Amino acid sequence: MKSLSEIDTTSKRASKAAGYSWGISEEVGKNIRLLEMFGLPGVKNLNDFYKKKKEQQFENLNLISKDNKIAKSEFCPIIAGTSFLDQIKSLENLNEIKFEKIAYPLLFLPFVSRASEVIGKRLLLKLDEKEFLLNFNNNIYANFLKNEIIKIANVVLIKFLENSDSFSEKEWNEIYKISEDTFVEESDSSMEKGAGAGLTDND
Amino acid sequence: MEVELRNPNVVMKLSRLGSFHQSKLSFLRSFLKEFKDWEYKRDLFELNEFGYGTAVYSFKKDFRVYSLVCFANELNEKERSDRVIATKWDAAFVLYDGVPSKKDIDRLKKEVPKQEVGRLSYKELTLSRANKSVRAFDHVVKRLSEGNQPDIDLLSKVGYLYRTTAVYGSGKFGLADRFRIKNRKEIYGPFRLEMMLVYFVRQFTFDQVNHVAKHKNPRKSVSLDIEICRNLGIGNSTGLGMAPFIVNHPTLLNNWIYARETALKNIREIKDVKLEDKELFKICLKKSIKNITSWNTDSEFQQRKIKSLLKDLNKFIQFIDNEFDFSKTFPFNGIYLWTEENLGEECIEYIVSMMMEPFDHVVNPLINQMSSEEEKYFNIPTDRTVEELREILEKKYPEILKIDFSKKENNQNFWFISKNKEEPRLADRFEEKGSDLEQPLAIARDIKKLYEALSIFKNSSTIDKFLANNNNLRHVVRRAFIIEKFPYSEIQDNTIGQSIIPIDMLRLKLSFFGALKFDPRSDKWLRICMFQGAPLPQELKNYDAHWVYNSLN
Repeated sequence: MKSLSEIDTTSKRASKAAGYSWGISEEVGKNIRLLEMFGLPGVKNLNDFYKKKKEQQFENLNLISKDNKIAKSEFCPIIAGTSFLDQIKSLENLNEIKFEKIAYPLLFLPFVSRASEVIGKRLLLKLDEKEFLLNFNNNIYANFLKNEIIKIANVVLIKFLENSDSFSEKEWNEIYKISEDTFVEESDSSMEKGAGAGLTDND
Repeated sequence: MEVELRNPNVVMKLSRLGSFHQSKLSFLRSFLKEFKDWEYKRDLFELNEFGYGTAVYSFKKDFRVYSLVCFANELNEKERSDRVIATKWDAAFVLYDGVPSKKDIDRLKKEVPKQEVGRLSYKELTLSRANKSVRAFDHVVKRLSEGNQPDIDLLSKVGYLYRTTAVYGSGKFGLADRFRIKNRKEIYGPFRLEMMLVYFVRQFTFDQVNHVAKHKNPRKSVSLDIEICRNLGIGNSTGLGMAPFIVNHPTLLNNWIYARETALKNIREIKDVKLEDKELFKICLKKSIKNITSWNTDSEFQQRKIKSLLKDLNKFIQFIDNEFDFSKTFPFNGIYLWTEENLGEECIEYIVSMMMEPFDHVVNPLINQMSSEEEKYFNIPTDRTVEELREILEKKYPEILKIDFSKKENNQNFWFISKNKEEPRLADRFEEKGSDLEQPLAIARDIKKLYEALSIFKNSSTIDKFLANNNNLRHVVRRAFIIEKFPYSEIQDNTIGQSIIPIDMLRLKLSFFGALKFDPRSDKWLRICMFQGAPLPQELKNYDAHWVYNSLN
């Protein structure tokens, strides 16, 4: 089994060899490490992408907008991802961002996961029918678990999820009530002797 | 009185970093301190009459066990090489997480002797190999088998029976990633498990030499004297592989230096120094001179440094004994200021290390702060402005920004990774091929490029906009935001200039390991000795923390 450290270093070097700057290659190394740690096929997708990159041009998306359309060929997942991560603070007010045709979109995913941590919001990433809930870069909840290469996502959608409770107020009150069973009723004498007892708080 | 931390633009110069010495903060000393209460055991020792076979050593505490598995093999003399390109060694070692089963040992026996081309698993923590100092080893075997102890003069010239040529950890070749073990309290300090491996190897060399001597002459042979054992360490040959490490781990580098600088600051701020602390400082200082007078090297570069160190130390001892008044307040501040005025860099840093000896209460809390959670600082704060980034560069890299990289001598070398062993190398850009595959280690040059690129950008622009068209400088943008928080994270020198002495970078790292007797064999590799004078495993429970200065050699 390869260690994550080996995966990081080799992915970084391969990215430099594939024509990216050292700084971007560092990002890719960290990303592939993340994907593999989350159990997603990072190395497999990166390897296939770099093979394809030798024969095909991909479009660089340097400035992200609400709706990102290709001019000619598919978006490069690494440049689009880097731009998304870099610009995340100015993008977070948009509720939804759409991309047309991102090549090897699993390579785009870790940038979005890291962006979720940067802004402290959950992000929902849809790659056509595949859904990934990215939780602050701590974990990923997905309906896709196959160890396979995804060559393209025709429609990529990112939704910014507001921080909100996943439960109702009623449910909270009920669980709180149960938690109260760990409390002890205070006697009159302990109330008199407790911290701050006997002092006025209006001084 | 508040003393300021020393200026990174002085401390982080290569000549200064290349003058660092071991100290109480050094990893091999903090390793011994941490593991002194652990139960040491030799679990297996199956060597043939020539000393070839398998051995296992362990440290155990509560439910945690670390086991070193050793494989000693016969090696043809022609195959013995300390170079990293070697493929066979006298012995190979792996530190196993737990108690290895027979099946584990059988698996490791196939993989560990192959080193870089073998495959390890997440159950293994560190990996190494070592070659005999044939001269020393054969001599010791001969003398012991004849019933005599070896020639101390010969041993003190060498200092060890074996020297390692690499110690690997942190995920290399399939070893456990650091994240798997980083929360274990006993390995909070850096390189603890690498130090453990080397320490066990040292004991293995004594056991092996005794074993071979005994089989050579069972009736007459004697064991190597404990006192002699204690004064032998483990040698190490180190090349350029170490140099990029300190560039590639800026926050870790900062934490090492910051701990050292904080210790110095806090010691300088002690108003009244107790008599026993003053005495201990003087005793350690005077005893340590033996480590310098017994420092053998053929390197003229190092000989000059040793000569100047000895001269300066004698001057310093004269000053301390005859002129300095320890009853004054803040005596160590006075001492430090005097050293800056009167001594060279090598001696200043020597005395800084010595100052730590009496002050456990200052040093100990810093030891566990020397690791780093590097991932936390990886993301670039792209919402910051160009103006802010430019200010960081001007404030943190003032000397670097003055370098003219259009001059050939400032751009002379490049760092690359060699194809045959994937090891870092340094080459002349104008004479050798491969500079198009240069590693991102020319930080000074790239910082200067970044500064120039920023100068034509609007102050109020944010970094994400700058990066959209300047991703070739992304690696140094990241570093600049790191140095903003970590002042000692960057070498304040040109690592590709004509006058670079790469062993300065090795010396820095090795001093933090706790190495003694740096012996440069060229400007690109050196030999050192580790654990010389250190307590033996059975002595750990009650040992002298200042053992470094008790060496007989």
